[in-house]
Amino acid sequence: MAINVIKPGLSTTVQDLGRPGYYHIGIPTSGGMDTLSLAAANLLVGNAAGDAVLEAVFLGPELEFTADATVAVTGADMPPKVDGEERAGWTAFKVKKGQVLSFGFLKAGARAYIAVSGGIDVPVVLGSRSTYTLGALGGFKGRKLEAGDTLPVGARAGAAEGRSLPETLRRKPGMPAELRMLPGLYWHRITEAAGKNFFEDTWKVAPEADRIGYRFKAGRPLEFVARDQPFGAGSDPSNIVDACYPYGSVQVPGGTEPIVLHRDAVSGGGYFMLGTVVSADMDLIGQLQPHTPTRFVKVTMEQALQARHDRKAVLDAITAALV
Amino acid sequence: MKTRYSFGGDEHIFVECDEEMSLEAFFKGMSITSALREAKIKGVTEICPANASFQVRFDPDVISPDDMMAELKKLETVAQAAAPTLQTRIIEVPVLYNDPWTHETLMRFRERHQDPTSTDIEYTARINNLDGVDGFVKAHSGAPWFVSMVGFVAGLPFLYQMVDRKRQIQSPKYLRPRTDTPRLTVGHGGCFACIYSVRGAGGYQMFGITPMPIYDPNQTVPYLRDFMCLFSPGDIVKWKPIDREEYDHTVAEVDAGRWMPRIAPVSFSLSEFQKDIDGTNARIMEALNGH
Repeated sequence: MAINVIKPGLSTTVQDLGRPGYYHIGIPTSGGMDTLSLAAANLLVGNAAGDAVLEAVFLGPELEFTADATVAVTGADMPPKVDGEERAGWTAFKVKKGQVLSFGFLKAGARAYIAVSGGIDVPVVLGSRSTYTLGALGGFKGRKLEAGDTLPVGARAGAAEGRSLPETLRRKPGMPAELRMLPGLYWHRITEAAGKNFFEDTWKVAPEADRIGYRFKAGRPLEFVARDQPFGAGSDPSNIVDACYPYGSVQVPGGTEPIVLHRDAVSGGGYFMLGTVVSADMDLIGQLQPHTPTRFVKVTMEQALQARHDRKAVLDAITAALV
Repeated sequence: MKTRYSFGGDEHIFVECDEEMSLEAFFKGMSITSALREAKIKGVTEICPANASFQVRFDPDVISPDDMMAELKKLETVAQAAAPTLQTRIIEVPVLYNDPWTHETLMRFRERHQDPTSTDIEYTARINNLDGVDGFVKAHSGAPWFVSMVGFVAGLPFLYQMVDRKRQIQSPKYLRPRTDTPRLTVGHGGCFACIYSVRGAGGYQMFGITPMPIYDPNQTVPYLRDFMCLFSPGDIVKWKPIDREEYDHTVAEVDAGRWMPRIAPVSFSLSEFQKDIDGTNARIMEALNGH
């Protein structure tokens, strides 16, 4: 069984739950940006939650199937079509041999997850099938899909048609989006007033938002606490001696536009960070479109752990509903 | 040197060994991260040493953030007792300084540079009081460099010059980052050198290019078959200036799968280095040259 790529979409990559363990040499975890939607898509078609799927951003691909398969599309609201006929999202449907899966225009969210029964069967590299495009590693030849590619698909009988995930279990960002953040790291580099402004302001997702990181603009610039720059740090007040960047960490080069690092994060660098978006809200970032109004919400560690617990409960409920 | 601990969200602890860069700060981080690796604490998922800091990723469902923090602080005390020594290796990296590819790129992004009228190497020579390009190459390649961090992108080494601080080459980053840097560019920002493992964006000054691949996701390069990244923190590097002819020859040999880098095992002691920098460097060079 295989899938022929007729049109690749804007930036469609193979992703699973990622390859942790190599961040110390600069290889990030990669994997789906919205892992809850990724897991749901897999479970809907009868796959294991962490099988490899296609992650399509903003514009879906056009795919021809060489054998019958069960398919489900979750995440962004980007209506799937089989030979031009619309199918429901978050619901398993059949695609027959020779039929073409395509997509309507994006209505909400940013990333759609396309699971196919059997999973996308590209080689496992360092424990994962995820694509890390910056390092040309994993996925399909280490890159996004191109027209003419043929994707191998694993052999597995798919789940029955019509299985659907209840609306209440489809987690989506609010409006404005709210990202919970634990202050820390180099928070002490900015003034008290700047810290207050940062949480008060409504930011907007900038066009430079991808798998490496999401940039935000439209908030007030941050004022730094004056100091003599330490040896090796560089001359800008936002510079530090190059250090590791946590996933979800919020760096603000020059104090102007915050960047939240995501699954394909650069593992380190010389910009100060003022905190970290909690692990529970990383999935939501993957569904933000450019220009989406966004607020950072200050939380404590206790609240961060509660959010983690709540997210796990949603995943458990999704699993219970579909397995 | 005061250690500072901070949580990076619910999954990371960030530890700054010192605000400023020094080999002492790097070694402190190495000692604690080595002790942490040996301690095999359940729930620790990634240990990332950096220049003057390090980061630990953990699973808070297995070990609570407070317990993880307490374990790390305990290890700091243990690690301080350890002698700052390292069994490592010295790797010779051939460099074509002032090469045509980084030159073409730096000309393309000239308006983003501090000094649009000269090249990166001329500018850095001038602000470090070195005698032009030749003086720069001599200073850059004269003493070994320490790999104090691997990261940013896959397999990219940050290197720290093993000379007295007042002789260390320093340069600012570009005013605005470039959108392009040739693969295998030898760069410099702050007090750090780097080798760009892949083509892409970058803000470091560009001095030259090496013909020696350091990252190969397909693992076809003979010396990258065991692992796709060449460098680890603690490696020592010696730049070897080469001319265009040797560069072209090396590229051809690499492409034919015949070329191997010169690598030798060597021990390093921080206290020996602090006492006698030139003597230590001479001993390291002897290890490379097989004396």
